[in-house]
Amino acid sequence: MPEVLKAPLAVEFPFTRSLGPVQSAFLTGLRERVVLGVKTVDSRTLVPPVEYDPVTAEELRDLVEVAPTGTVTTWAWNHHPRRGQPLGTPFAWVLVRLDGADTALLHALDAPGQDAVHTGMRVRVRWAEERTGAITDIACFEPYDGEPAQRTGHTGEFEDAVTGIVAAARLDYTYSPGRAQSAYLHALSGRRTVGERCPSCRKVYVPPRGACPTCGVATSEQVEVGPRGTVTTFCIVNIKAKNLDIEVPYVYAHIALDGADLALHARIGGMPYDQVRMGLRVEPVWTEGARFPDHYRPTGEPDAEYDTYKELL
Amino acid sequence: MTREIREIAVVAFAQTGHRRTSEELSEVEMLMPVLHDVLARTGLKAGDIGFTCSGSSDYLAGRAFSFTMALDGVGAWPPISESHVETDGAWALYEAWVKLLTGEAETALVYAYGKTSPGDVREVLTRQLDPYYVAPLWPDSVALAALQARALIDAGLTDERELAAIAARSRTAAAANPHAQLRGATPPGDPLVAPLRTGDCPPIGDGAAAVVLAAGDTARRLCDRPAWIRGLDHRIEAHSLGVRDLTDSPSTRLAAERAGAFELPVDTAELHAPFTSQEVVLRRALKLDLPGAEEVRINPSGGALAANPVMAAGLIRLGEAAARIQRGESDRALAHATSGPCLQQNLVAVLEGDAQ
Amino acid sequence: MTKEPVAVVGIGQTKHVAARRDVSIAGLVREAARRALDDAHLAWADIDAVVIGKAPDFFEGVMMPELYLADALGAVGKPMLRVHTAGSVGGSTALVAANLVAARVHRTVLTLAFEKQSESNAMWGLSLPIPFQQPLLAGAGGFFAPHVRAYMRRTGAPDTIGSLVAYKDRRNALKNPYAHLHEADLTLEKVQASPMLWDPIRYSETCPSSDGACAMVLTDRTGAARAPHPPAWVHGGAMRSEPTLFAGKDFVSPQAGKDCAADVYHQAGITDPRREIDAVEMYVPFSWYEPMWLENLGFADEGEGWKLTESGLTELDGGLPVNPSGGVLSTNPIGASGMIRFAEAALQVRGRAGEHQVDGARRALGHAYGGGAQFFAMWLVGAEPPAR
Repeated sequence: MPEVLKAPLAVEFPFTRSLGPVQSAFLTGLRERVVLGVKTVDSRTLVPPVEYDPVTAEELRDLVEVAPTGTVTTWAWNHHPRRGQPLGTPFAWVLVRLDGADTALLHALDAPGQDAVHTGMRVRVRWAEERTGAITDIACFEPYDGEPAQRTGHTGEFEDAVTGIVAAARLDYTYSPGRAQSAYLHALSGRRTVGERCPSCRKVYVPPRGACPTCGVATSEQVEVGPRGTVTTFCIVNIKAKNLDIEVPYVYAHIALDGADLALHARIGGMPYDQVRMGLRVEPVWTEGARFPDHYRPTGEPDAEYDTYKELL
Repeated sequence: MTREIREIAVVAFAQTGHRRTSEELSEVEMLMPVLHDVLARTGLKAGDIGFTCSGSSDYLAGRAFSFTMALDGVGAWPPISESHVETDGAWALYEAWVKLLTGEAETALVYAYGKTSPGDVREVLTRQLDPYYVAPLWPDSVALAALQARALIDAGLTDERELAAIAARSRTAAAANPHAQLRGATPPGDPLVAPLRTGDCPPIGDGAAAVVLAAGDTARRLCDRPAWIRGLDHRIEAHSLGVRDLTDSPSTRLAAERAGAFELPVDTAELHAPFTSQEVVLRRALKLDLPGAEEVRINPSGGALAANPVMAAGLIRLGEAAARIQRGESDRALAHATSGPCLQQNLVAVLEGDAQ
Repeated sequence: MTKEPVAVVGIGQTKHVAARRDVSIAGLVREAARRALDDAHLAWADIDAVVIGKAPDFFEGVMMPELYLADALGAVGKPMLRVHTAGSVGGSTALVAANLVAARVHRTVLTLAFEKQSESNAMWGLSLPIPFQQPLLAGAGGFFAPHVRAYMRRTGAPDTIGSLVAYKDRRNALKNPYAHLHEADLTLEKVQASPMLWDPIRYSETCPSSDGACAMVLTDRTGAARAPHPPAWVHGGAMRSEPTLFAGKDFVSPQAGKDCAADVYHQAGITDPRREIDAVEMYVPFSWYEPMWLENLGFADEGEGWKLTESGLTELDGGLPVNPSGGVLSTNPIGASGMIRFAEAALQVRGRAGEHQVDGARRALGHAYGGGAQFFAMWLVGAEPPAR
């Protein structure tokens, strides 16, 4: 069995999140070093303020200021801070009930060691130097031995309120395509297209995916197909796709390689785009070092009859 | 609520040998032998199945629509009646159970799979959290469980010694489970996010599981001792940890009540507690700590502490409980599955075998 | 055992737009849910369970967002189930909810589907780069356009049909206050002159990308009897799936679509869908899919679907109005699009579709599909309770 293929896969996007009124007020408040909660009909104060009452589901809009000081309700000592977390040195995760609040906020506590942390300890917000209207405007909490801090008497109305955040998120994976696709890719590196035959229905799958999707059994018998094939259908792409360095217009085609029982997708080149047609006979054109054929070009053979490929569109 | 409930049972269960990595296999290559196995146990072919439902997560795979390719392993031809939930397969089983209750199908195939090895599962699960206030801080799943564990310790409901004992009991039990990833007691290990040590946390690994459900006489025909689903319910709690009492699981208790779990004692409980501390919460919610419940066998499979293929681990609890009934080792079992941070969402099933 | 008849007594949608910058994800779903409850004159406490659907979690970058949305949807203490069956998910979600009532597990269920595509962008979510795989060479339309060409080749349809559908649906959308695209000055000539993006698909023949949510309240006979407005009754519902890609797959008229429709018609006692069904809301992301689905769903013989479109039969005042709401071509919050089809079908038989009401609609079909034309979900709703 050939070596298992693996490659890094990063899933990354700067998500743009609109906030709605309550979250907008809370995060704008953090920018201004004011902590807001929201009042429920039964006069509980929820911090951080949520838009909908977790008990009654009623919409909540009644903002109220609470203090930037509070009490730890539970904690956990993080020996090994991880990417993206609030502090780079060991710290405590804490739930903090701020003075004036009935619920607790999750954040980090900067403390010299876990012996310095206990449930019930008093803490206060350490504000970030640069604040943009995000939960990270609270850099973390820090130990505090004073009385509840004074509130500023803020109404919750702000000039220039933050209405959205950009939440960049990156996750890293190691992708491995599995046995059948690895074998296919290994063969491709020798410019051979090798599919797999279903032991039950005898259809040849290219690329093979490890299972015959109609029979639900493993494919294993390797079958070399192509290199020539037939254009079964296509479209002419006139819109430039991001991240693709292909001049438009070009033809994106379904190609049934000779011996394969379903079509794969590829670009057609080597002829004017407006002369590509269903039934065109094509062959791959490779470029040095590429994993896949760069494109397919006409072979010059007569076109295939529709009846010979109409099941392979 | 009084109503006529159609008799529906788990008639077969199969799972992979769960492993740290299955990188040599694609998801469908990992899943397909399990599907073959579970069908072989019933003598059914894929085409005989009335309804198919699966559970999995794109975020584990790092690819959108990842479940569409797993369907290749089913052999969905001619086309099948089929659905998918983006959560643990226990909820796929719930959807299939409802389908059978309507009378629209006699049998159902339920499967779930999860590969946690390709990504960093602690990091991946942070994406489940409130996207405005919490996810930007990247608090990982172990950290959240540790906050819950500390709350339990502070409330005097457990201590680190008891947590270590839960870990040891689970993995010792798993020595008899050929599918488990961690088999045999392991040392408590180093603190990971204190108070939790590595031993308090589930192994990271890949796996798949499948069950077949069948109704009434079909179940009796397919299985010597069907595991009848006497009740099945699930409930969700508020999302934010700061508004919940982390030492309790009211959603588990309510689901158990609705499933009839408290009407008669159970002899077995398969609890989906990825962290030792969560077993403490669940045992309290399910009244398994009360006098008289000492005889209940908790997680004879080793539970999620012995193998935790995310998105399949809950379904495996139902499957393990059912298999125990089928083997005659249990007459009435409770199975539980969870989803979300710190047991936010919980499902409880009560399974029974006919008198032996 | 007989099933409990299922009634749709509440329907709510957001005004679909490209970007709802004024609300959070919770605020978006809440708006649709609240409107559905208001339509049914129900409160949160009247709901027994919530069934929610959306397409890939990567679109919003929130894994299993139902966990975070539990509070906003009043689901705390209740069962909440998340469905994901690709583009058909809105339809599948409604069917799962309907089964909860039909099986008498619950009496009144809130079902909802949404997509807030402005949090990322759909093309990113749909085309995450996967190592070792060729990048998608043609964008979203490039996936569909070759199948359209195959349809044209197979049926001999003239290349004018696609524009007719697009023009009709956009005109219909002007009568639907919730539709995303309201192109009041659009003319057939403008559609025909719009740029050819993926030949044979023109720009005006493609769907937009929307933020939106759709919700329905489903209930049993007792609930229906209490409802303030006429309910829509579910006469049949089914899901069918086939593999993504396989030897012999018919992308133009997938077998799973045919089987799904046949199952629904059988349940509803329909033998001649074209004459017995008064309105159709079908999932048409590119205009050519209207004639293709007309054939696939049994409204026309193979090769004849385009003739129905060309004849004007599918116009709002035609014999078989298709997409009176303006359809996916006018509104496309992907995960919600299927549920909007189901909900719009229900609105028609309730007589509550407003300006885009089809006169005297008694039976309507809602249709959703997704994946590689592999997942299908449909329901048939009627103004009268089901006979059986």
